[in-house]
This record gives sequence, C-alpha cells and structure tokens, in this order.
Amino acid sequence: MTFSLRSSLLAGVTAGLLVLASCSKAPAPAGGSGASTESIKVGEFASLTGKEAAFGQSSHKGVVLAIEEINTAGGVLGRKLELVSEDNQSRPGESATIVKKLISRDKVVAILGEVASSRSLEAAPICQAARIPQISPSSTNPAVTETGDYIFRVCFIDPFQGVVMAKFAKDTLKIRRVAVLTSVSSAYSVGLAKYFTERFTGDGGIIPLEQKYSEGDKDFKAQLTAIKAAGVEGIFVPGYYTEAALICKQARDLGLTIPLFGGDGWEAPQLIEIGGKAVEGCYYSTHYSPENQSPAVSTFIQKFKQRWNGEVPDAMAALSYDSAQVLADAIKRAQSTDGPKVRDALAATKDFAGVTGNTTLDAKRNATKSAVVVTIKDGVFKFVETVAP
Amino acid sequence: MSEFLQQLLNGLSLGAIYALIALGYTMVYGVLRFINFAHADVFMVGAFIGYYMGQRLPQGTIWGGLIVLTVAMAGCALLGMLIERLAYRRLRGGPTLNVLITAIGVSLLLEYSGQVFFGAAPRTFPAVFPVSTFHLGPVVVSTNQVIVIVVAVLLMVALELIVYRTKMGTAMRAVALNPKAAQLVGINNDVVISFTFGLGSALAAAGGILYALNYPSIDPMMGVMPGLKAFVAAILGGIGNIPGAALGGLILGTVETFIGGSQWSTYKDAIAFAILITILLFRPAGLLGKFTVEKV
Repeated sequence: MTFSLRSSLLAGVTAGLLVLASCSKAPAPAGGSGASTESIKVGEFASLTGKEAAFGQSSHKGVVLAIEEINTAGGVLGRKLELVSEDNQSRPGESATIVKKLISRDKVVAILGEVASSRSLEAAPICQAARIPQISPSSTNPAVTETGDYIFRVCFIDPFQGVVMAKFAKDTLKIRRVAVLTSVSSAYSVGLAKYFTERFTGDGGIIPLEQKYSEGDKDFKAQLTAIKAAGVEGIFVPGYYTEAALICKQARDLGLTIPLFGGDGWEAPQLIEIGGKAVEGCYYSTHYSPENQSPAVSTFIQKFKQRWNGEVPDAMAALSYDSAQVLADAIKRAQSTDGPKVRDALAATKDFAGVTGNTTLDAKRNATKSAVVVTIKDGVFKFVETVAP
Repeated sequence: MSEFLQQLLNGLSLGAIYALIALGYTMVYGVLRFINFAHADVFMVGAFIGYYMGQRLPQGTIWGGLIVLTVAMAGCALLGMLIERLAYRRLRGGPTLNVLITAIGVSLLLEYSGQVFFGAAPRTFPAVFPVSTFHLGPVVVSTNQVIVIVVAVLLMVALELIVYRTKMGTAMRAVALNPKAAQLVGINNDVVISFTFGLGSALAAAGGILYALNYPSIDPMMGVMPGLKAFVAAILGGIGNIPGAALGGLILGTVETFIGGSQWSTYKDAIAFAILITILLFRPAGLLGKFTVEKV
C-alpha cells in the first residue's frame, strides 16, 4: 500500500515535471500566473451524448450558468473565465483522451467533471500527474478522490448514500428481504451495492441474492426471474437511469409489484420516459430536490429556468453549478491560477454556501452533505424525505 | 419449476430475435459466401424507422403495430438492396476479403451516420403494440413476448415458403448452388442477389422492431451486440442453412438467459461463446450444416 502510493506519487511528480518542462519550452505558457488580461481557461469533460447524456447535459448547463454568472460579476482575478467543454460520448476510454487534450493543448487551469465515477476515475490520474486540480461535481465512489491530492468532489460519497438507502428500506419501506442487482462494469454501482449490503445486513436485513449485469445490457429478465423466485420484498438497483428504467419495466412485465430503489444514478427525466408506469412507486436517493424551499435553491431554479428555456434543474445541474462556483472561489483565494496554489485553496474550502448546501472539503477532499429521497408518482418526481449525515 | 419455465420463455423470446437476425446473415452467406457485417446496423435502422413511424400513429393498437412493422421491413429491404447495389456489386467476383472489409466499412458508416442523424443519446421506443401481461399457470407472459414469438415463427414459415415454393426461391437456391450454372440457365443473378439482400434486411428490420418492443431504449450502436450474437447463432446452426440459423438463435438465447439467471451471470457471454467453440470443435460445419448442404 505504502509502496504503491509512494511509487505512484513518484510517477506523478515525474510526469508533472515533464509537463512543466515541456511547458517552459513553449513561447508563452498560458497557465502561468502572470498579470495578463487573457481569460482563464477551465476544462469540462462530460457525457454530452450517449447512454448517460442526460447527466452530461444537465451538468454542462449548470457549469455554463455558473461561469456566465461569474463573468457578469467581473470574472476572477480581473480576468474572465473561459469554459472549454469536451464530450466523451458516455464511452469508456474517451475521457482519458479528452482530458489529456484539455490539459496539454488547451492549457486549462482546472478540470470539472464527471458524473459517472468510472469516467472520473479515468481522468483523475491524468489530472494528478499534471498537477491540475479536478473537481468532480457528482461522482460518489470513494475511490475517485483517493487517486491523489489534486482530486476533489462537491457531493457526498457512496458509503453515505448506501447507508441512506439501507435505512430507508428498513425504516420507511419496512422491508427485511431485499435483492441487489448490480452493474459489474460500473465502479459506482459496485461500490454502492457493497455499502448498501453492509449496512442493510448489519441492521438485521437479509439479502438472499445479488444478481449482476453489465453496462449496455438490455435484457434483465433472466436476473429478475431468479430474483422473483427468491421471494424478496424489494430490489436495490444501484445503476444508471437507462438500465434502471429497463429493469423496472421488465420487473413489472414479470409480475413483480415490489418496490425497486436506487441511488442518484437514477435521476434523469429519461427514467420516467423509458420506464413509464413501471417506475411508479420506485425510490432513489439524490443530492437535492427542486421542491426544497430554501432561498438559495429558489433563486438558482429561477436563474436556471431563465437561462435554459424554463427547464427545472436536477441534482446534476445543481452540483456542477456548485463545483464551478467552488473552483472560482478557490482561484480567488489563491490569487493565482497555478495548479498547486489552486489545489491548496480548494483543500481549504470551508462552509462555501452553494445550492446543494454548505460545502466543506475534508481531509479526503470529499464534501459532507445531506441526501434526499425522491419517489415517482403520477409521472413526476416527488420529494419524500431529507436524510442528514 | 415455475422459474425454469419462466426462464425458458424469456430465453425463447430473446432467441427468436437472434434467429430473425441470423437468417439474414445466413441467406447472404448462402448466396454470396461472405458475411454481411452491415446487417446488424440494418437491424438498428429498422428500429429507428419504427421509432419515427410509431410517433405518427396511435400507440397500443394492433393495426398500428403491424403498419410500423411493415414500413420498417419495406424501408430496410430497400436499404439492404441499396447497400448491395452501391457497395458490394462492383466487388463481386473479386477476393472475398475485399467484400468483407467493405462490409465492415458499411457497418461503421451506418453506425456513425446514425449518431449524426439520430443523435447518440438513447431514445425511448414507443409501445406500438398493445401491452399487457397474463398468467399461464405459474408463468407470467407479457404480450410483447407473445408478439415476438408469433411474428418470428410466421416470418420463418413465410421465408421457408418463399425459398422452397416460389420461382424466386428456386432461383435463389440455384445461385447458391452454382452461380455460373444459374446464369447459364437464364437466371438473372443481379436480381436474385438483390432480392436476397432485401429479404434478409426485411427480417433484420422485423428483428429490430421486436427487440425495441421488448427493450424500449434504442441508440445507433444497439445493433452491435445482438448482431454479434446472431452471427454466432448463424455459425452455430451451420452458416448458409436456414433452419440452422433459427435453431442457433433459439439455443443461444436460451443458454444466455439461463446463465444470466444463475450466479454466473457476469460470465453469460463468455459461457455462450465457449459453447459455440465447443460445438464447432466437434461439428465444424455447425449443428445442421453439412459441407455439401443445399445453401440459400
């Protein structure tokens, strides 16, 4: 453990030095902290198209809104922020390529992204090696920020989310026997399933079986038939919305009327679009609900609606908005766009008031925030309860 | 027991779709001796035609569903003939490898043009047929599964009739047997090959609609996995052999479903393909394939 950490740090530093060396050869390093009036480039990578396009689009809209607001208010350090967005098509492998491009060609000072933990994990080692801070708005797998001290997030992590849903199943749904259906090719899903199982069985619940699928699968009837035969009272589906909706639909086709519930990966309008009646009465935990009455949330919703044709922001939009604001705040406090200085300022973020609550980044560069549970009723998302950490 | 029957039904309805796609692979192989890799993307285009048609028709009616199915099949038949005319015809007579590479090119062209025209984000396929579920003993049956199996069986019977009871079918078998000799007895090979592509592509379109009905999230890459499975099914049954393709599809779908419902679900594709390799080791020509079989 220590050895691998040390060697990866060493590799990181070496790579960082190489990047610096190659920078200094260039005629005018754009990432420098000189008193230029050039705009400050911020990189964003997101799943703007593909299977998780709803996440990427929401996130992107939140970031754009935040950057525009910051620029209207005079920018940061007297300079405008410039957003460079890249699309990874929701596909594995793409994120690494485009983040490398953002850092080496566009010379961004920081990276914002991604929603999916697997894709944040692809970018993290690259940002760490280049000493460019990365802020993930909504990747909840703990491993993301464990990559190194340049990787941050502004949302809660899966151990907390798993506990929230385990408690919810036991106390609110009052069920004892739950099956788990995990996507084995998603770091998010595997992690969340593990934390849910630990807490739920720890509280005396029974998990008679865990079934598995892979990202991109369309047919879940086999797994669901096995789950049906096991006689459970609920199914925990820690996956993303496309698969979750298909799973709900096929469960109803098989005559399963028990509740299905999952995590923040469910949050997208497509869940209801694909799932239709099948997702009625299902639950998921997430970061924020637009039904929250706090003034910060209502101003944000108003501004977001104005900017994006009346669209109501979801949790991904709120978190990415916060992530851009946290970054701008850190650059201001650092009085510099230097990677290491911005990193130190980010690490010192304390009680930053955002849309999704106050952000304080702890020693592990994670935020601690409360979660909300949402259900689907009559074709719309309905707030159920808030769970404090 | 009820779990076994339920899984069997799930497997058969999945296998029926594989079988429909596999028929297209096998027919083209029978006539031209090459694998038309673009076939899986014709399947995707079929689903998208159904998507656009389905939005313009009242949902959940039998006639509406049948119109969607017919239009998609006709559209894809035209697409299949167009692909053959533009991409493959000029290469006929050349080395098979050239056609094979062209087929891969056409496949990528369709996939990525699909991303440009339809967008990469998954779409929700409308419920074009009426949907409900009913109990058959301990087994829960969804009407979509019934539709899949009924349509697949009807189409396979129709195909069998076309191939063995019509003049065009006789011509197809003649071209498959010996293209040169077929030409000498007055068969227009271009027409026959065009027809084969049209027929195969229409079946792929039907497969696409049935697939989208059961798994209503469609995207331009949706053909890749089912296409690969159907290709395997065609080989498993003996490539070039029509009943073989149907049998291969059903076996593959059923095996996949049973493994998917067991504790080894993560390995379902690995095990399905391992079975393929094992069968081919003992029967290199596939289950129903013979080296001298009459091929169409």
